Amino acid sequence: MNVWVNFLIDSLAFGAVFMYGSTGEILTEKVGHLNLGIPGIMCMGGAGGCLMLNFIGKSSLPGFLIVILGILGSLAFSMLMGAIYSFLTVTLRANQNVTGLALTTFGVGLMKVIFSKLDATIYLVGPKQLYRWPFAGRTDALQYLGVLFFLAVIIAIVASIVLYRTKVGLHLRAVGENPGTADAVGINVTRYKYAATCIGSGLAGLGGFYYIIDFMASQEAYLSIEAFGWLSIALVIFALWRPHMTILGSTVFGFLFSCSSYIANIPGITVTMAAKPILKMLPYVVTILVLIVTSIRNKRENQPPMSLGLPYFREER
Amino acid sequence: MSEKKNVTVHEPMFHLAKRPVIHPVKAWAIRLTAIVLGLLFCGIAAFILIEKLQKNPDRIDDFYYCFIKGAFSTNRKLWKFLKNLAILQCISLAVTPAFRMRFWNIGAEGQTLMGVLGAISVAFYLGGQVPEWLLLVLMFIGALLYAGVWALIPALFKAKWNTNETLFTLMMNYVATFVVSYFLVVWVPSGSSTLGKLKYGKLPSFGHDYLVIVLIVLALTMFLYIYLKHSKQGYEISVVGESVRTAQYSGINVKKVIIRTMLVSGLLCGLSGYLIGAGLDQSVTTESVGGQGFTAIMVSWLAKFNPLVMLITSGLISMLNSGAAQISQDFNVNGAFPDVIVGIILFFIIGSEFFINYQIIFRKKDQKEGVK
Amino acid sequence: MEKKIALSMRGITKRFGSVVANHNVDLDVYQGEILSVLGENGCGKTTLMNMIAGIYFPDEGKIYKDDREVVIRSPKDAFELKIGMIHQHFKLVDLFTAAENIVLGVEESGKYNLKTVNNRVSELAQKYGFHMDPQKKIYDMSVSEKQTVEILKVLYRGADILILDEPTAVLTPQEIDRLFAVLHRMKEDGKSIIIITHKLHEVLAVSDRVAILRKGEHIATVNTCDATESSLTEMMVGKKVSLNIDRSEPKNPTPRLEVKGLNSVDAEGIQVLKDVSFTANSGEILGIAGIAGSGQKELLEAIAGLQPLTGGEVIFTNPKKDKPVTFFHKSLVRVKELAALDAFHDEKGKAVSFEGMSNTEIRKWVESGNVLFREDEIMDLRDKTPLEIRELGVRLSFVPEDRLGMGLVGSMGITDNMMLRSYRKGHAGFVDRKKPKALAEEIIKELEVVTPGVNTPVRRLSGGNVQKVLVGREIAFAPKVLMAAYPVRGLDINSSYTIYNLLNKQKENGVAVIFVGEDLDVLLELCDRILVINSGTVTGVVDARTATKEEIGLLMTKTNAPRKEEA
Repeated sequence: MNVWVNFLIDSLAFGAVFMYGSTGEILTEKVGHLNLGIPGIMCMGGAGGCLMLNFIGKSSLPGFLIVILGILGSLAFSMLMGAIYSFLTVTLRANQNVTGLALTTFGVGLMKVIFSKLDATIYLVGPKQLYRWPFAGRTDALQYLGVLFFLAVIIAIVASIVLYRTKVGLHLRAVGENPGTADAVGINVTRYKYAATCIGSGLAGLGGFYYIIDFMASQEAYLSIEAFGWLSIALVIFALWRPHMTILGSTVFGFLFSCSSYIANIPGITVTMAAKPILKMLPYVVTILVLIVTSIRNKRENQPPMSLGLPYFREER
Repeated sequence: MSEKKNVTVHEPMFHLAKRPVIHPVKAWAIRLTAIVLGLLFCGIAAFILIEKLQKNPDRIDDFYYCFIKGAFSTNRKLWKFLKNLAILQCISLAVTPAFRMRFWNIGAEGQTLMGVLGAISVAFYLGGQVPEWLLLVLMFIGALLYAGVWALIPALFKAKWNTNETLFTLMMNYVATFVVSYFLVVWVPSGSSTLGKLKYGKLPSFGHDYLVIVLIVLALTMFLYIYLKHSKQGYEISVVGESVRTAQYSGINVKKVIIRTMLVSGLLCGLSGYLIGAGLDQSVTTESVGGQGFTAIMVSWLAKFNPLVMLITSGLISMLNSGAAQISQDFNVNGAFPDVIVGIILFFIIGSEFFINYQIIFRKKDQKEGVK
Repeated sequence: MEKKIALSMRGITKRFGSVVANHNVDLDVYQGEILSVLGENGCGKTTLMNMIAGIYFPDEGKIYKDDREVVIRSPKDAFELKIGMIHQHFKLVDLFTAAENIVLGVEESGKYNLKTVNNRVSELAQKYGFHMDPQKKIYDMSVSEKQTVEILKVLYRGADILILDEPTAVLTPQEIDRLFAVLHRMKEDGKSIIIITHKLHEVLAVSDRVAILRKGEHIATVNTCDATESSLTEMMVGKKVSLNIDRSEPKNPTPRLEVKGLNSVDAEGIQVLKDVSFTANSGEILGIAGIAGSGQKELLEAIAGLQPLTGGEVIFTNPKKDKPVTFFHKSLVRVKELAALDAFHDEKGKAVSFEGMSNTEIRKWVESGNVLFREDEIMDLRDKTPLEIRELGVRLSFVPEDRLGMGLVGSMGITDNMMLRSYRKGHAGFVDRKKPKALAEEIIKELEVVTPGVNTPVRRLSGGNVQKVLVGREIAFAPKVLMAAYPVRGLDINSSYTIYNLLNKQKENGVAVIFVGEDLDVLLELCDRILVINSGTVTGVVDARTATKEEIGLLMTKTNAPRKEEA
């Protein structure tokens, strides 16, 4: 396969990690909650899925069932994290930034504790091939385009349709823009906030799971998830709060991440060791630039949801 | 209960109201209860996660004793605890001025790291070529310069275009990490990217290695308390944080205050970085700050941005950390275990704030009491 | 035939902490009528209606809809009972289109499709005679358009009881007429309409019946045809009152603040002030009247240095500063001329006229250095920041409309709020809290501010007390010009009178007072002259002692009026 096509597919595949993370974060931000716990949630999503596979990885269950159970395990853990976040910030109206950071501390820590007890020969070696269906066994980048990759793309598109083309999406966005208004027209603000945050967290968790079980598929993969969590939050800005835009954005991020290893293939260019950190810095720098440009252009549609970060309390007088 | 009421009427059982005022003692009692509940919960969690405990349930006493043991049992541990407290306190102090202005600077991690880098670059290039005292001064300037610039960049954009500072400073953390790894690659030709302990540029020590750091941070705490509470600049910070319109009305130059305050935050991060670089590590890695920049945000918030109270909250977090580290040692669990414990306790404290700010009014009670 | 009761409330009581907002209120609304709920600010009108709309839940009492007891716990419950409320502060999502806002929260069967929604909204608008584009975004809309969206939102839900909270406060007269026409059409359609208002003439113009609330209690409900303005006022206020504000004659008014050809553009590029010129004299209260949002706020903020100007001058005349007589004035002829203009005085401030003195005697006086010369200091405040204005020595006080969002810091105590003006004083970099604390205590005592202490956050005080703190601080600054925007909004009658008296006292002390008000009766009773503005232009200046409400009302709505300047 052409090295450049391979590069592109690799970028796409890498991007799926961010697609999950930022689609999840977009959902929570759209109901007005800046969830800085996403890194911890993605970690826990990975831990939950692998924990489940640790039990069933060598069982005689049919392959598709193992795949589904792994996903459910991942969802269960990350949605539980989302539920903790929602309970604290929605019901108890706690400060979102602090709650999110605490959630990340907790999630990253617990993930490490959990992985210290897992056996990679059980949760990884066998199930990896199942998750890489339909391209399992290939040696080029296509192998990464497994079940969870396609799910990521579908989810990003479906999330956009739901957000911008359906009544539920309209209500959801209203909650994030102006919860007082949403409440006044009879939308159950609390329910929407809980649902969006928990579903968003579940999706984000799948990103962590995908990275461990498919894209990286190594024993140490879990150690880098936290960084991707932060990057997913950044990608939300890059995508201007539109889930389908994360497909493009995350591919760009994936591209920037993997380019340090591909760029060496260009004749005449040698990548020094020193250039690698600079290349890895690019996604963050690009995000900052997008943030600056959108704030200068100040277009109403491209701004964060109005009530982002603010707790809602109805009987405020 | 309900027979007196009309059956068709479903009244809400209770409703929430903002507390007008709460006695500080009561507020602290609520927080303390939360911590105790959190510790109980940790015990349960530990029981589930730690195999040793499952086998010997009577060792649960040891589990709790670890929190004391980890921080205070030996002289060495005590000093280590004090050192951790001091560094955490220093970074927490650094983020506080910006937070009081409602400027959500979550970039302390990166700013402090740049501070470390600033100090260490000076030591790397000039170490041995200038007198040690001059080197320490130059390292200090280097630390403040790097961290100050790192904080100023988002502040300038916030002041000029109202660019979202939370996300901006968050990204700056990662850029800082890669700046450090860039220099490590450049400095260490072997390719290991690990910079050994430098020979020059170590803060002098007297009494104990960590005493200087502890004293500096204590002095800084007092200074910041006075700065925020009694200085004109501190007053301006509070006004801008509360309402930009009011600030403009009273003739405060809001942009100037935003930039100046963020610079103060950055410089204090630089000082923290200096203490880490020149006072402890004599080296820099991408993990030099080790997430304390984020922990500091929680410490500062828990203390309600009051520098004196912050001594207690950073003490609490440090104690939990060293206690949990002791647990992972004694009970043979993963080194990330302290984070789990700290996370759980934080959930409880964060949740308890609700009961401080709001009160739950039950209908029944309300009616009996009549007008409150 | 007797009309059917659509909704009735029995024994409704609602408390907020120790404040009783509504006490034992009974109220009936008939089908196909327009009912006005009348009462002064803070009488509990809005709270009462909020309980029908599901925003608040009553502490006691029952609500019946179509003779059936109902429980309204949320706005959703209210919608299901076909009750809809149009709040004073619109509850719209700025980023959404009109149609999106209208369907928000409506549970309909079938697929959600914006096109069909747009069509349905257009149809509904036509039915009641509204003009609107369903695809227009809220942030592009005028206040009146937003109100239309709010009304359509309620109609779209099939509401048969509509509650409008102060619907005319933000509208122009033409828009008010249009609104009333629509309301009549809805009434003919069998809908019940409740209007919350405190404007008597509107009550008389539009409603069938009037319910009067006073201090949270229902006083009476009368048929509009049996009511007069004075009978309604009497019930509303509790006693027959004519507003009794002691208005003194201005003492030798001299120009203090001259505004010339002021132009200003807001952030969206809309011209908010157009060639505004007027003069505020010392010892006089200049009222500013106009429909809400006609540029009053911008005008005061422009003078205070908070609103950038695109043209014009703000000339401040600092009265007669004392200067020793210089040689310029020693020409005897000139000295005599100036003496006739009352320009000289001795050290005790007594005027020296030199009358009947010989030239040598005058020369002796002047050269002795005991005679001081008074000179007016004239400066342009344009493009100066509030701080620069203060540093120039211009004592300009400003009581802004938004008390807690601009004039005060809500989370700070009274002491710290006093410091907003004075914190720059004091030694080195530190603030001095002693003097502000003394001032805070003085204000609490003098103005009878009810507060637990000087350090209690002002946000926790009642509206009247907050206003006393703010006005007290601005007056303590010993202003030469005092600007107050809606200083009695939301205040009860007693607090309002405290404020009027404070303003009058300032006037008697020779301060140039500028008072922006919304109640024309008050403006006519309190002010000496009234400046009327409409959409950022001055449409007239009238003498408050002779002008009538009708005259001002006409000016408030007049467009392209030739500018009239009073000498």
